[in-house]
Amino acid sequence: MTPIQQKIARRKALDRFFAFEGLMVMTAALLVLLVLVGQLMFDGLSRLSWQFLTSFPSRFPAQAGIVSAWVGTILVMLVTAMAAIPLGVGAAIYLEEYAPKNWATELIEINIANLAGVPSIVYGLMALGLLVYQFRLGQSFLTAGLTLGMLILPMVIIATREAILAVPPYVREAAYALGATKWQTVRDHVVPYSMGGMLTGMILALSRAVGETAPLITVGALSFIAFLPHPPWQDNFPYVSFQWLFDPFTVMPIQMFNWVSRPQEEFHVNAAAAGLILLAMTVVMNAVAIVIRARFRKRIHW
Amino acid sequence: MGVNVADMPVEKKDALSGVSPRLRFRLKERAIESLLQLAALTSVAITLGIVGILSYESFQFFSQISIIDFLTDRQWTPLFADAHYGILPLVTGTLVTTIVALLVAIPMGSLIAIYLSEYASRSVREFVKPALELLSAVPTVVYGYFALLFVTPALQQLWPGLPGFNMLSAGLVIGMMIVPYVSSVSEDAMRAVPTHLREGAFALGATRMQTALRVVFPSALSGITAAYVLGVSRAIGETMVVAIAAGMQPTLTLNPLEPAATMTAYIVQVSLGDVPHGSVAYQTIFATGLMLLLLTLLFNIAGHVLKKRYRQVY
Repeated sequence: MTPIQQKIARRKALDRFFAFEGLMVMTAALLVLLVLVGQLMFDGLSRLSWQFLTSFPSRFPAQAGIVSAWVGTILVMLVTAMAAIPLGVGAAIYLEEYAPKNWATELIEINIANLAGVPSIVYGLMALGLLVYQFRLGQSFLTAGLTLGMLILPMVIIATREAILAVPPYVREAAYALGATKWQTVRDHVVPYSMGGMLTGMILALSRAVGETAPLITVGALSFIAFLPHPPWQDNFPYVSFQWLFDPFTVMPIQMFNWVSRPQEEFHVNAAAAGLILLAMTVVMNAVAIVIRARFRKRIHW
Repeated sequence: MGVNVADMPVEKKDALSGVSPRLRFRLKERAIESLLQLAALTSVAITLGIVGILSYESFQFFSQISIIDFLTDRQWTPLFADAHYGILPLVTGTLVTTIVALLVAIPMGSLIAIYLSEYASRSVREFVKPALELLSAVPTVVYGYFALLFVTPALQQLWPGLPGFNMLSAGLVIGMMIVPYVSSVSEDAMRAVPTHLREGAFALGATRMQTALRVVFPSALSGITAAYVLGVSRAIGETMVVAIAAGMQPTLTLNPLEPAATMTAYIVQVSLGDVPHGSVAYQTIFATGLMLLLLTLLFNIAGHVLKKRYRQVY
């Protein structure tokens, strides 16, 4: 071998080694995910039962369950979605379709980008000072839902804007050419065509909210709730009740945190079981988002 | 103007029925635009709310505790009889866990990004990217469990003297958690580098590794910086992992093998207890929160400056 061939061979070997190393690191990252899930299953799978899903928390680990936690998570998510989705979609439509290019718009955009980087616990502090004590909403479902709503608002806005941006400008021009007003164009064309991207973004944002713990601790989640909130219905007119909005709340991650931070190992088993359910919730939401994204991508060809 | 719009039949009877259709359209469009604008302005209101509340409560705090003490005292014991209000132990706790996390996340995230953008086939990428996204979708409290009950016991096999709560395992786990953030943003940045730059390097006889490290990576540095900054702010603000696995005791130490509270863990600790609204202890969490926000802001501004500096125009 001539010296130049040796050099080339050395470089190629180095290249192959580098590729191998990249592959290894990637595998290691995915392996961590597997180990994490495996550990949770190993610790908690035996504890999963109907009794666990339908019991209230208890001083006795073997009798404790998560019914108040999962009901709480669903109700909090309801408030969060009601708050964040209309506001987020509205804001995104305004920024993409209506906003003039001026300093005020730029301010809003910079602001949204910065909000997305604010630590979640800071939202909790703000909600504690503003919602709990200034607006006197108490340590309730309403407060919790609004807190998480504010937290995911930037995510919803960013995802919706990306979805809207993917609608090509000629679709709008065609609508205008037929005499549609701006709102008609948005309502009948832009929004339906970007629905896939919007839904994906919303579900991902909500799946992030499901796992959020810190801001809810700050606004005063209780970890020991042995009763369910008022039901959202009632017997007499108007049949819908909003009493539950002002009830004290707990959610899945709070319940899990409470069990993890206890010294007794029996509670750690409960924590692992609650973690499995929580993980299943977020994984299902993520999977749904991926499926929706894929389906809409297939259906629309520009 | 061919057709006079005002001559067209008006069908609906409502509050605006006396108004010409054109004006009605205009009013409706205007109303909708204002509504949407209002939605966009809520994001500004949230920012004002955050800054307002944190500043207001911190102002109350600093009217009782001198800011010099806050920044220079080496002890943080606001809940004790002998109260000290030095934020330093909490800041070092946050910095140590963040640095450990970055030592994991930046090399791993960058290597994964290079592999995915320069080496991996399309099918590998299609499989790995959603799987990595899942890594960032796992709730942080689950990571806390993992750090406390898997990583720490595993590390104790290596270091028998390692305490049950320590910053090392919390930092390692936060690092794993932010790998996907770093890798996906860096990968996007590297894939945005035009192919002709790579082809130029290949034509000169560079291997893929040389192309990746000396052409693509430097060209994408602006976007990669953004990825790192995102990772830093996630690590600084991470709460549950440190609250569960790093302990709640404020300690002025730079040794990751020791337990120590971070700023976020302290806020959690106070929120879990019964602290009366309006007391100094209540105000400490807002002062800590303000400090946290300023620290994140500082890194974000630094990142913005670096990003601008490395920006490449093709």
